[in-house]
Amino acid sequence: MKLKLHVWRQNGPGNEGRFEDYVAENVSEHMSFLEMLDVVNEQLIARGDEPIAFDHDCREGICGSCGFMINGEPHGPLPSTTVCQLHMRNYRDGDELWIEPWRATAFPVIRDLIVDRSPLDRIVQAGGYISVRTGSAPEANNIAVPKANADLAMDAAECIACGACVAACPNASAMLFTGAKVTHLGALPQGQPERYTRVVEMVTMHDDEGFGHCTNHGACQTACPKNIKVDYIGRLNADLRKAKFRHPAG
Amino acid sequence: MELNSRIPAGPVDEKWSRHRFEMKLVNPANKRKHKVIVVGSGLAGAAASATMAELGYDVDCFCFQDSPRRAHSIAAQGGINAAKNYQADGDSVQRLFYDTVKGGDFRAREANVHRLAEISLNIIDQCVAQGVPFAREYGGNLANRSFGGAQVSRTFYARGQTGQQLLLGAYQALEKEVRSGKVRMHTRHEMLDLVLIDGRARGIVTRDLMNGAIESWAADAVVLATGGYSNVFFLSTNAKGCNVTAIWRAHRRGAGFANPCFTQIHPTCIPPSGDYQSKLTLMSESLRNDGRIWVPVKQGDTRPPKDIPEAERDYYLERHYPSFGNLAPRDIASRRAKEAVDEGRGVGPSGVGVYLDFRDSIGRLGRDVIAERYGNLFDMYANITGENPYEVPMRIYPAPHYTMGGLWVDYNLMSTVPGLHVAGEANFSDHGANRLGASALMQGLADGYFILPLTIGDYIARMKPDDVDTSHPAFADVEREVREQAERLLSINGSRTVNDFHRELGALMWEYCGMARSEEGLRTALRKIPELREQFWRDVRVPGGAATLNQSLEHAGRVADFLEFAELMCYDALDRDESCGGHFRVEHETAEGEARRDDERFAHASVWEFTGVGNTPKKHREELTFESVQLAQRSYK
Amino acid sequence: MRRVFSLWDSTVGKKIMMATTGVILIGFVVGHMIGNLKVYQGADAFNHYAEGLRTVGEPFFGSGQLLWIIRIVLLAAVGIHILAAVQLVMRSRKARAIGYRKYEGDMVFSYASRTMTWGGLIILGFVVYHLMHLTFGNAHPDFVHGNAYHNFVTGFQSWPVSIAYILTMIPLGFHLYHGFWSMLQTFGATNPKMNHVRRPIAAALAGVVVLGNISFPVAVLAGLVGY
Ligand SMILES: Cc1cc2nc3c(=O)[nH]c(=O)nc-3n(C[C@H](O)[C@H](O)[C@H](O)COP(=O)(O)OP(=O)(O)OC[C@H]3O[C@@H](n4cnc5c(N)ncnc54)[C@H](O)[C@@H]3O)c2cc1C
Ligand code: HEM
Ligand code: HEM
Ligand code: SF4
Ligand code: F3S
Ligand code: FES
Repeated sequence: MKLKLHVWRQNGPGNEGRFEDYVAENVSEHMSFLEMLDVVNEQLIARGDEPIAFDHDCREGICGSCGFMINGEPHGPLPSTTVCQLHMRNYRDGDELWIEPWRATAFPVIRDLIVDRSPLDRIVQAGGYISVRTGSAPEANNIAVPKANADLAMDAAECIACGACVAACPNASAMLFTGAKVTHLGALPQGQPERYTRVVEMVTMHDDEGFGHCTNHGACQTACPKNIKVDYIGRLNADLRKAKFRHPAG
Repeated sequence: MELNSRIPAGPVDEKWSRHRFEMKLVNPANKRKHKVIVVGSGLAGAAASATMAELGYDVDCFCFQDSPRRAHSIAAQGGINAAKNYQADGDSVQRLFYDTVKGGDFRAREANVHRLAEISLNIIDQCVAQGVPFAREYGGNLANRSFGGAQVSRTFYARGQTGQQLLLGAYQALEKEVRSGKVRMHTRHEMLDLVLIDGRARGIVTRDLMNGAIESWAADAVVLATGGYSNVFFLSTNAKGCNVTAIWRAHRRGAGFANPCFTQIHPTCIPPSGDYQSKLTLMSESLRNDGRIWVPVKQGDTRPPKDIPEAERDYYLERHYPSFGNLAPRDIASRRAKEAVDEGRGVGPSGVGVYLDFRDSIGRLGRDVIAERYGNLFDMYANITGENPYEVPMRIYPAPHYTMGGLWVDYNLMSTVPGLHVAGEANFSDHGANRLGASALMQGLADGYFILPLTIGDYIARMKPDDVDTSHPAFADVEREVREQAERLLSINGSRTVNDFHRELGALMWEYCGMARSEEGLRTALRKIPELREQFWRDVRVPGGAATLNQSLEHAGRVADFLEFAELMCYDALDRDESCGGHFRVEHETAEGEARRDDERFAHASVWEFTGVGNTPKKHREELTFESVQLAQRSYK
Repeated sequence: MRRVFSLWDSTVGKKIMMATTGVILIGFVVGHMIGNLKVYQGADAFNHYAEGLRTVGEPFFGSGQLLWIIRIVLLAAVGIHILAAVQLVMRSRKARAIGYRKYEGDMVFSYASRTMTWGGLIILGFVVYHLMHLTFGNAHPDFVHGNAYHNFVTGFQSWPVSIAYILTMIPLGFHLYHGFWSMLQTFGATNPKMNHVRRPIAAALAGVVVLGNISFPVAVLAGLVGY
């Protein structure tokens, strides 16, 4: 099949960007979306142009490196799928695709489709951990964890920090990401001692990084490749409220 | 090059505790004056950085991704072993030790493996305390499963994302130390060379991938935790960015490279679908518990699988290994699949693949049971191939997956270059000629959390204090070389892309130094690799500039190193004139087609010294002695 | 108190303030609608109710005092609600300074959530007009102080006025629908067992208020309520 691509090209942070048009020919339905771009890139290089830069690494949907907007949808049209796992059989001959980087003031464009997602790391730095000095941990089975809590923690821990939630949210909020980590650690007995300081610190960092607030639109949940639920934002909100009113951390 | 493995004296189960007592300690007040560089933020690198920072060292950690959490460890699915014996099924440190030595086909160092088995217990405690959401039983205790043919259930797992959860645990610990200022994290920085001063590793030179800046970093000790080099085959289960650059550059500067030919091929990957294929996806090995592997009896049989009658199907693993059947070990299952394909009996559009058929188990257990066991894997397969594995048999094919070889290290995880330590998949340490499932994660975390932070202290405590920093002329020299290489790559402006060369090298390695290796094939490879390398340096086209984000340039540097390293791999494979573990020399098979070890001549680690590009490398040996485990031929008949 | 003020420090805290004030406003709107139902019992009952509003709380409060307290609370709630809304909306604009060429996000989240700001502004405009219309009378052609029933009936006998009332109830309904659901989320009332009923409850609440309110002008125009 043959596709018409409009791809955002931008040489560096702060540079003017623009859409460039390309034609992707002989696209096989078995290609992944990134493989389709690989082929386009090989042609660009042969032609003496610079290839389209995009982040990627594992190409298995787990590292969270990849991600951009395809026709206005983060990671493309398939639910629960990263763009590296999106295959071209989801498109038809002649389709026209607009490919844009994540747009958020907190995620400045570095080049083409690559954005700077380091604010997500800083949100984790603010409190997304359980403090335990290596070697000082108690025997693992000393604290039983109800299976339901373990499962909830795991559901929330599946987040890959791809940033699609921020990209999808009309307010460019990273609450889904933040809520997922707060829920993961808050669901486990090991996470209790730091639970309330964690939520306050993480939300403060979230706001300081320039993300928008959450107005409970739910676009993030639809975009999330790992099925992270907006319920976790509710849990974060509840934890913050408790931190403010019941806990010394407030 | 001198190989002193520094294995402590005493019985194998007392060596580590004795060694811990004998190691020198750094005065706590001085620790923050000591700088350590850690390259890599996977399980090994993140764990080491976080722990050393907790101990008080001043740490600089580097990774080439945009976040330390994206290191390739994130992709590990199956699980992590530990001899906790929670299932009370007879497991013990002793048994894990034994299984690992035997699994590695007696090419690993006993002392290291025993230490690994001991530490496995602490790893689980540590990870649980960090909040790693391991699978649990209804009673709230940790769940286990058996993995990779082990006879006890000792594998801990977090859904199909064990590596992800373990890495996030280490990553979170690391980020905590970043916040406290004890670790400076340098993301999107690629290490391009190692700097030696007076024969010791004293720093590295990196390229800032955002803007191309070449920078120097000095420290008292350097740790490489840069992962494996399976991408020398181009197509592998590893992430696209996995590379040999860091350890290869260190090797060029004097670090011995041990057993480079020990690579592991994983039997259950999704076959390539076309020449645009960029990587291969691993399907969990657990599928072999219920799937039956077969190919048509006739060559070139292109009928759809459902039209091939029972009598014309060859369930070759069940035929060759009646007792293990479809669960035959990874290397055997892989080799048999390649054989079938080479005979022209492969399946699928490309003819490269064998069937993994669930028809019978769906018939026996029902579709629901199969869906419950493997639903997510089936979905992943369907998403990638567009075929429904409930209706049509899956197609699988082996792919390079893990590299047991790596920089040689002593018991303290220090390479032959003083001060240069190596952890995780990047070193050669614990798996011998073959790695058991679920033990790479264990080794990465053992190295990172529990071994390196102590042994590095011993090294630093013995060091004479000095005030080396990046103003030392050695840094400027290396920086210049690094810059020159980039400029040279950019100025060739030839006709072929980097990817094109990488693909060609990969195909060549897969053909001649892949699953089955022969003297003739390896000699051919040794002739072709230098030719390809010469072509690369004459005809590669790297667009763009040096002072911006330039992914072609990054890739070009990595491929340039693979082109040198591939030759070493073939030298090693040629030299190791026996079959063992993942290394199969067609000249050495038993009558039944099994690997035949040669303990007389090859019970050693081959450690190679760099003698210049294109020159024959120099071999050294570390003899391996087996005192606690009896040397035995494995048999899966 | 320090803790309440410190809520203002974070976006989540501001949302908690918005939701709290939102609850007060919802309470008022619902109560107001129920009170207005008295109109169906005739002029005396309605006027008595309107008068009663001024005398509730007696003898503990003087005439009109409790009403003023309620008014102040309402005013403060509206003030805080709007202040938070404005700050958050500005923040959201800044957080996505550069928009998308193509954006399908609109398809995903509900119409109601997308129109919270516009809905709020329309409600604000409506309330100003509504006060001038039925409370102060300066927007009422035939306003009689002290006779709420009269003002009510003659007011809605004007077609344009009635249509304006009816039309503004629609954005109010959306605001209530998303607002109520969103409030539960903001308070973190996300008990998994209750999740599936949150949307229906919000819809029911919005529906009852909208239908109840629309019934008043309709009833007047249809002659069901009159003299
Ligand atoms: C698909 C898959 C599934 C697996 N499943 C299992 C399993 O179930 N159980 C198991 O035990 N093992 C499994 N393994 C193996 C295991 O995951 C790896 O061996 C292990 O995670 C390696 O960890 P590491 O810390 O050594 O390296 P990695 O996690 O690969 O980290 C390497 C780090 O080094 C950095 N780096 C590399 N080069 C440079 C450079 N030049 N400059 C700067 N930084 C650099 C990278 O940025 C990265 O941070 C699996 C492997 C794969 C591929
Ligand atoms: C007076 C003019 C009003 C304006 C300008 C206004 C504006 C807004 C805006 C913009 C929001 C979305 C806030 C966000 O989540 O970002 C909102 C939420 C809300 N509004 Fe209003 N509103 C007004 C009146 C009302 C009234 C009268 C009610 C009650 C009937 C009400 C109840 C709510 C509720 C419950 C929320 C949800 C709060 C949350 O998300 O937790 N609002 N309002
Ligand atoms: C069709 C629906 C409505 C009708 C028929 C109606 C009717 C009235 C009447 C008759 C009064 C005057 C009472 C008096 O002064 O004695 C009044 C006051 C008021 N109404 Fe409404 N109303 C309606 C909808 C609303 C809505 C939707 C809101 C807010 C969002 C609202 C807010 C108010 C306020 C704030 C007052 C002033 C109360 C006070 O005296 O402080 N009304 N309304
Ligand atoms: S919550 Fe979902 S969309 Fe957001 S970063 Fe995590 S995985 Fe990506
Ligand atoms: S889309 Fe945005 S508004 Fe909240 S629910 Fe998701 S973060
Ligand atoms: S490349 Fe890793 S998630 Fe897509």
